[in-house]
Amino acid sequence: MAWRLRLVPEKTNIDFFKLQWITFGASVAAVIVSLLAVLVLGLNFGVDFKGGTTIRTESTQAVDVGVYRQALSGLELGDIAITEVFDPTFAENQHVAMIRIEAQEGEEAITPEAISAIETALKSVDSAVTFPSVESVGPKVSSELIRSAFLAIAAASLGIWIYVWLRFEWQFAVGTVAALIHDVIVTVGVFSIFQLKFDLTIVAALLTILGYSVNDTVVIFDRLRENLSKYKAMPLRDMMNLTANETLSRTIMTASTTLISLTCLVILGGDVIRGFVFAMLFGVIIGTYSSLYVAKNIVLMLGLDRSDKPKTGKPVDHEFANVDA
Amino acid sequence: MLHTPLWKRLLIVAICVWGIIAALPNAFYARVEGHNDAVKAIAEAEGVATEDQAAARALWPEALPSALMALGLDLRGGAHLLARVQVADVYAQRIDALWPEVRDALRDVRDQVGAVRRQPSVPGVLRVAITNPDGMAVALEKIRALASPVMTLTGAGTSDLEVVADGQEIVVQLSEAERSATDGRTVQQSLEIIRRRVDEVGTREPTIQRQGDDRILIQVPGIGSAQELKAIIGTTAKLTFQEVLGRTGDAAAEPGPRNRLVADAYEKGVYYIVVDEAVVGGDDLTDAQPSFDQNGRPAVSFRFNPTGARKFGDYTAAHIGEPFAIVLDDQVISAPTIQSHIAGGSGIITGSFTVEESTNLAVLLRAGALPAKMTFLEERTVGPELGQDSIDAGKLAGVVGLVLVAAYMILSYGIFGVFANLALAVNITLLVAALSTIGATLTLPGIAGIVLTMGVAVDSNVLIFERIREELRDGKGAVRSIELGFERAFSAILDSNVTGMITAIIMFMIGSGPVRGFAVTTGIGIFTSMFTAVYVTRLIVTTYINWRQPRELVV
Repeated sequence: MAWRLRLVPEKTNIDFFKLQWITFGASVAAVIVSLLAVLVLGLNFGVDFKGGTTIRTESTQAVDVGVYRQALSGLELGDIAITEVFDPTFAENQHVAMIRIEAQEGEEAITPEAISAIETALKSVDSAVTFPSVESVGPKVSSELIRSAFLAIAAASLGIWIYVWLRFEWQFAVGTVAALIHDVIVTVGVFSIFQLKFDLTIVAALLTILGYSVNDTVVIFDRLRENLSKYKAMPLRDMMNLTANETLSRTIMTASTTLISLTCLVILGGDVIRGFVFAMLFGVIIGTYSSLYVAKNIVLMLGLDRSDKPKTGKPVDHEFANVDA
Repeated sequence: MLHTPLWKRLLIVAICVWGIIAALPNAFYARVEGHNDAVKAIAEAEGVATEDQAAARALWPEALPSALMALGLDLRGGAHLLARVQVADVYAQRIDALWPEVRDALRDVRDQVGAVRRQPSVPGVLRVAITNPDGMAVALEKIRALASPVMTLTGAGTSDLEVVADGQEIVVQLSEAERSATDGRTVQQSLEIIRRRVDEVGTREPTIQRQGDDRILIQVPGIGSAQELKAIIGTTAKLTFQEVLGRTGDAAAEPGPRNRLVADAYEKGVYYIVVDEAVVGGDDLTDAQPSFDQNGRPAVSFRFNPTGARKFGDYTAAHIGEPFAIVLDDQVISAPTIQSHIAGGSGIITGSFTVEESTNLAVLLRAGALPAKMTFLEERTVGPELGQDSIDAGKLAGVVGLVLVAAYMILSYGIFGVFANLALAVNITLLVAALSTIGATLTLPGIAGIVLTMGVAVDSNVLIFERIREELRDGKGAVRSIELGFERAFSAILDSNVTGMITAIIMFMIGSGPVRGFAVTTGIGIFTSMFTAVYVTRLIVTTYINWRQPRELVV
């Protein structure tokens, strides 16, 4: 036998339900804490969802936030937030700051006059400053964007629910969707607790987490379905453990290859997409956890009808269940 | 038996070869871009190439595909604007223009309605007071006679005006059907004007799309800032009616003092010598519509305001039988001959138009100025350096990620890991090829999508290999295990990819901007990774088994 890198031993016999009340309780608690965090702390919405303007400044001179603030104070732009951005990928004399200006009156994005006033004011304190990006979203569009983002996540969950229901049983659909809602809520909760910037790209990341989490869950369920017809007498709980152990090697393998790609992106991909990649990185970890500890538990709680009798008018297995090569 | 039919093998290999060829231009991005620009410029100059252009064209062989992945604004730098067209402006203009007609119509029945006076009202609504309330019915009838039917999908016959009595006053406004028809036209016109103006600046691949009822999305790569883009959109296009002195094919012809040479917009190498001073300007044009002349040929009818009408009337009376030129942005869009004295300010342009051409011309004529004001709801500027930084960072992350994933796969699965890596290479090549061929735009989240695809793409192979291991452990033979591994893993691969596809499709349908870019790359990535995992890996594995015929299989 040739040597192979094995993160998981060939034969494992982990009892995934041993601590089921602790793990399940932890999940429920995490969801509640996340929801509370979103309610109490709120989310640090980016301009996409809140309206307003962000200006990225770049300079060869060190950024002095106080001086910047001083320069902009006379412009009557309302609330201004200035943060310096640090990133390992920056060159030595590359100093980046983000200036965030609240949405102005009316439905429009920022006026050209306001932008040129800001640029002139900053140039007067730092002649080397440039403005690599300016983004401005009017309050009307931002409220539409947030609605469509919610809609996208809801529609994706519904689509997955329907597909899993058609391919498996309704209990599996409930388990899958519960697991992925858990993943999305906890990820959003982390963004709320640490007040990380939440914008459109984070929604894309959440949708990807949805896809990944469901992928992970479905692979286990697929094997569970196979085992259900193989071992008719085994108790459901044991069978689920068997299934999870059988697929564990694959679960860990896929999670690690994905994590390798994402870690590279988070370290080397630059600060523009860091939030986006961080959301996915976190989502993959929690998605793997939820397939093992949330989705199955819910199916076990709901129970499965394992009688061999054909359901009324239908064959034993579902009509779509035999789509095999 | 591990046997793949010959036709299937050939097809798989053919798809892979196509992928390599179609993805190739992206490896020489700057070179191919130069080639494409040169080809386009040469085609525009009708095959006449300058030395530089010929040299640029020669950089890339004609025989190879030259489609590239377009780079999004966040990668190339440029400006993004979302504009709302204030469609209600047009109602006010229309209603104001209607007032003289209403006044004249009521003047004819003055003995019955009495004196007529316009009352102040909100924009878009005309309130007319008459002194004799008994004449209300007659007045309403007279005004209603001014209305014309609106063509709608739901049914013809609706009137374009809504005329009701309100006490002693008559209230006239555009009907619901006319308003929605006008909105559509206004946005379409604005779009057309913006397109013409942005095209004039000559940037590469601008995106100008209608969004929703009254919005226009404008994305122009390579432009300095959103402010600059606004300035371009904001300038009015110039439409003039000019006196024509002659026609020539010589671009260097001397037009003479106070004259100038204007190129024909449609015919290459045709120039008109026109008098510098315009007869009438586009500001005096109030409307232009596609129509038909008395012989039933497509034409364009237009109408001037009173000032323009007088000037145009005087001019046409004096120049019957002579051509005049309609010049838009310094190009002659039409040079018809004056058939008769055109009094009353409305006329018809005939020519050898098709219906489509006459419609376009009408749009262009109306397109002289933006029909309504625009407000900007969203604007984004990305500097080119920031874009380049993002590309570099994405590339680096991609290469390092790829190397690590490849090494990890080889450590975990030995020779089978090598197979999976081969499949992964094919997968990325196909993904790039597909993105180039359909002309998709690559954005920063799109790059993240590709990097993620790499991580997830090996999942299908992992599923298959793990399954083969299990079958081997169960004591099955090498060939049988491989067969079963592929067969039994398929159901899980299908399920996981279908759910992935569902989210990608929903992201594409509902999302905008970054969400869409990500959806496109992951969606296509799912297709290519299924193909490579199921077919390409299988082909490689079966070829290996048939070639080496190992007695014992180690995965």
